Amino acid sequence: MESIGVLMACPMNPYLEQELHKRFTLHRFWKVPDKSTFLTTHCNSIRAVVGNASAGADAQLIEALPKLEIVASFSVGLDKIDLAKCKEKGIRVTNTPDVLTEDVADLAIGLMLAVLRKLCESDRYVRSGKWKKGNYMLTTKFTGKRVGIIGLGRIGMAIAKRAEAFSCPISYHSRTEKTETKYKYYPSVVELAANCDILVVACSLTEETRHIVNRKVIDALGAKGVLINIGRGPHVDEPELVSALVERRIGGAGLDVFEHEPEVPEELFGLDNVVLLPHVGSGTVETRKAMADLVLGNLEAHFLNKPLLTPVV
Amino acid sequence: MESIGVLMACPMNPYLEQELDKRFTLHRFWKVPEKSTFLTTHCNSIRAVVGNASSGADAQMIEALPKLEIVASFSVGLDKIDLAKCKEKGIRVTNTPDVLTEDVADLAIGLMLAVLRKLCESDRYVRSGKWKKGSYMLTTKFTGKRVGIIGLGRIGMAIAKRAEAFSCPISYHSRTEKTETKYKYYPSVVELAANCDILVVACSLTEETRHIVNRKVIDALGAKGVLINIGRGPHVDEPELVSALVERRIGGAGLDVFEHEPEVPEELFGLDNVVLLPHVGSGTVETRKAMADLVLGNLEAHFMNKPLLTPVV
Repeated sequence: MESIGVLMACPMNPYLEQELHKRFTLHRFWKVPDKSTFLTTHCNSIRAVVGNASAGADAQLIEALPKLEIVASFSVGLDKIDLAKCKEKGIRVTNTPDVLTEDVADLAIGLMLAVLRKLCESDRYVRSGKWKKGNYMLTTKFTGKRVGIIGLGRIGMAIAKRAEAFSCPISYHSRTEKTETKYKYYPSVVELAANCDILVVACSLTEETRHIVNRKVIDALGAKGVLINIGRGPHVDEPELVSALVERRIGGAGLDVFEHEPEVPEELFGLDNVVLLPHVGSGTVETRKAMADLVLGNLEAHFLNKPLLTPVV
Repeated sequence: MESIGVLMACPMNPYLEQELDKRFTLHRFWKVPEKSTFLTTHCNSIRAVVGNASSGADAQMIEALPKLEIVASFSVGLDKIDLAKCKEKGIRVTNTPDVLTEDVADLAIGLMLAVLRKLCESDRYVRSGKWKKGSYMLTTKFTGKRVGIIGLGRIGMAIAKRAEAFSCPISYHSRTEKTETKYKYYPSVVELAANCDILVVACSLTEETRHIVNRKVIDALGAKGVLINIGRGPHVDEPELVSALVERRIGGAGLDVFEHEPEVPEELFGLDNVVLLPHVGSGTVETRKAMADLVLGNLEAHFMNKPLLTPVV
């Protein structure tokens, strides 16, 4: 399969890169000085694109690659792939569901605990020597807080299962009510926000869910409410969130994603009620290896005319 | 009851202090310039001592207060109280069990997530601007890690319940096997440490459990093992732990308590695999209020000749 051209959209994982290089003719798109010339030169040999949460295959790239057969994403999110265009052209799309569910759910709970109990702030307090001068402030109990989940898919359900162990009442909003669960359904995100203490974004990013957490939702969540985002930056109206935090109209936020990563609004740096992570949701050694193997497995299956492991399109 | 003298060992909670001041004649021991003169002057009016995790009633204090009837601790831990002396003199002792169980268990899980997923380190990474230069390193998955608990009392059980939601296999060591639970029992702490990934100290501090985590246990836990201490600093041989961490003979540690609080070994400050908290286990607004009410309720019950709410002796 070494003659098959695979275009890797950006650096994402050394092991994956190495394996793709061994098995295919790998083109590292980020190392290409002149992208349009490159595409013109190689457009007939590139049959696969490997993308991730940062970069995938938009309409322009797809049009530039007439021999493209498959887009394999090193992520579960598909927002960087023009799915409609792929469908139109018969291009297969795969992602990495399930293998990262637990890590992302773990991180959501970690963010909740870190925000409510001010873990990072109190660790800073110790390291700065301030503990010698006085006790740290009191924080807020996590057990029993009402957790509202936007999107009750694999990740949303995994978050719910974990939060339940802390006696957190669970409610959710999704496109359709999930009658098979016992959690309380709210038909709108505003109602969900008004009835929970911790609001978690766990749905996929589409045109419909862009800015699903907007000013109205932030107001409904209120001065004691906490927002946790382990979805995608564009799920949240970031400027609105920032002013709400700075003006203390919302109680706190735990954010793993931002609208323009790796840019993070600097007004947040001075706040003690936010935890800011560099998009590490699935970032463990174990999970990234499993994700890489799934990408490789999907590509291999495709080029051997076998059923794809985790097809989306 | 205003003529009853109550000695408060150290500052611990403004609400509690205020309420004691309203109901009794409150003596704030930390404001007394000359403690032995004070004790000689007031020894016949002091009938109660209110202590906490930092300071309680040792043999010397008890001997100096011949009218002492009750020691009410603003903590569940009793290591600062000479229980044998209290028993000998017929002095009642109360503590604050149950109301703080969930907060302490939440913090234990928070520490596990913070250490394994490097939450505080990655928050620092974002705030320092480093994310603009490159992605954060990969960390270690929490779900499924084997959790070993030293002491399966109220707090140990609450930790187990939470960790189970993350599919963590649970094992424990305690003085006697708890046949009513399904968790795996190890007859020694060394065997427990050898068979788990995350070792949590959740037992009470007594002469027997001082340095229960010693060099042998640290060696058994090993280079990938993580120690979580939400018990008392003296549970762990701190110098041994520090060298193990500095020499990377142990994988990491999440510590809420230290042998000589608020002193924290500065060799730990440069490490990225430790989380250091200023003894905040029960430090939430909700729980400290509940603990204060329990102290007040116990004192009231005692002086009205009613059954104590949470007696230990």
